[in-house]
Amino acid sequence: MYYDRRKRIVIKDKYRLFLMALPFLVLTFLFSYLPLHGWVYAFYNYRPGIPLRQNEFVGFYWFKSIVSNPTQTAEVLRVLRNTFAMSTLGLLTSVLPVIFAVFLSEIRVDWLRKSVQVLTTLPNFISWVLVYSFAFALFSTNTGFVNRILIQLGVIDRGINFLASNKHVWLTMILWSTWKSLGWNAIMYLAAITSIDPELYEAARVDGAGRFSMIWHITVPGIMPTYFVLLLLQIANFINNGMEQYYVFQNAINKDYIEVLDLYVYNIGMIGTSFSFATAVSALKSLVSVFLLMFANGLSKLVRGETII
Amino acid sequence: MERKQHGTGEVVFNAINYTVFILYTLICVFPFYYLFINTISSNELTGLGLITFYPKGIHLSNYIQVLKLKGLPRAALVSLARTVIGTAATVFASAFLGYLFTKKEMWGRKFWYRFVVITMYFNAGILPWFITMMNLGLTNNFLAYILPYIVQPFYIILIKTYVESIPQSLQESAQLDGAGYFTIFFRIVFPLITPILATVAVFSAVNQWNSFTDTLFLMTDSKYYTLQFVLYRYLNEATALASIIKSSQGPVNMNLQNMQTPTSVRMTVSMIVVTPILLVYPYFQRYFVKGIMIGAVKG
Repeated sequence: MYYDRRKRIVIKDKYRLFLMALPFLVLTFLFSYLPLHGWVYAFYNYRPGIPLRQNEFVGFYWFKSIVSNPTQTAEVLRVLRNTFAMSTLGLLTSVLPVIFAVFLSEIRVDWLRKSVQVLTTLPNFISWVLVYSFAFALFSTNTGFVNRILIQLGVIDRGINFLASNKHVWLTMILWSTWKSLGWNAIMYLAAITSIDPELYEAARVDGAGRFSMIWHITVPGIMPTYFVLLLLQIANFINNGMEQYYVFQNAINKDYIEVLDLYVYNIGMIGTSFSFATAVSALKSLVSVFLLMFANGLSKLVRGETII
Repeated sequence: MERKQHGTGEVVFNAINYTVFILYTLICVFPFYYLFINTISSNELTGLGLITFYPKGIHLSNYIQVLKLKGLPRAALVSLARTVIGTAATVFASAFLGYLFTKKEMWGRKFWYRFVVITMYFNAGILPWFITMMNLGLTNNFLAYILPYIVQPFYIILIKTYVESIPQSLQESAQLDGAGYFTIFFRIVFPLITPILATVAVFSAVNQWNSFTDTLFLMTDSKYYTLQFVLYRYLNEATALASIIKSSQGPVNMNLQNMQTPTSVRMTVSMIVVTPILLVYPYFQRYFVKGIMIGAVKG
């Protein structure tokens, strides 16, 4: 800091730039770092509304109870089963956008390809509440579109209650998320395909390559790097399913199969009264997900020589 | 000229490929269409599930009546306000921070950049976050819809990459002419990065408009309910919904055929929620690919 001739305080450029960023750094601290302090609630017997100091400090009690209390262990295992099932299905279906992009780029009619791209991306931009509303309208027991059509075709004589069913919950959930995100996820691969050198295709054609061999030997290798980056990010997020989709689709009947970790933490912490136990579960989850991220990052370094973070 | 020699295999491949894509596209679009034809059709037929492929008994009273429902215009206003204010704040902050982080002379630049970017990969969990929001006084407070979303690492990365791709000499010459950081940002950088700003604006606006869980966690006062939240309640609380409809309609109703039913209200509110997306989406669609490609560089 120094004074210029007009006696005004002039701050050096490097600090001035920092000061301009400071308000935003404070916001980052408040909303991303400060919540980490909330993990202390996992060490207390916390009852909402009462100041933390007046609650009993219980140390690792809640963490231990995850493995020592049989009912809670069973619950956590059930929730982990659902989480793993949905995430594994997510990983398995991660090739769908690749296939989608490869075959869409084989459509030579420009307007058709573009229309398909635009219209299949649309569901990505609506909320899960709206998706649920669509599901409500299309699949409700007697008046829903699907039941009406099936009855008219004589496939069934009475409406099926698709939404309140504990059968195939994992499958219907993956179908909805595929419906919502397939077109959008394919955009990244479509972009990768357009950046492949056209001369490669020319050369292959001269060598007498057919359509399929061009797809297999040029297009697929061309988008594999993109696929691996996205796959690793998905592995890093293996236990983070989020809760919105499962929250809107949950009901008393499908609850046992739809509760993933995030939703479970919400249900027992916010709706139920086990705030501290829920915080313990959620803190463990955050730790595991940081570990998974580092694992995926290491894997990326090993396989591709590049990091993803 | 080789392309003209379509073999049978080629024809079959194309036929299957086109059919599959057209069918899937229909599956993506149909729910939107289905909801729409139901909202403008006779509510009696809709209630029986008889509207399947085209509307019958077209009328607009659903929209007129639903907009009169208590709480709905307010929810629309809250949703609109958070979308407009939130998007403006996010776009400005992302642009400004993205620009600042390109300045090598900034004190601790590398550290602060990491400090922001790293938050993309971890979070404390929903309950500690809720407690923090409560302690900051952001429950039942409109600011809860704005403040936490201002700094978005992913957008900052997108914009920083973009700013780095425009010629440095433009900024340097302005600096020689005596322009300060703010002037350079507003007069030179900002106008040059509008394509990426459009992408960020759409992403951020869609997120704001679609956000649902923050209302669920933080708002107990119906003053702060958003359209998504109101819609969710309508989808689940049939009895409450029926009584709302009854009280809003009063004794002087039009013909019975088009009297509002829980189904008609749900569908109409859904259409109202989805319309803004349908309106902005086609216009900004072309920016997405570009934006997501730049993001892929480091996303």
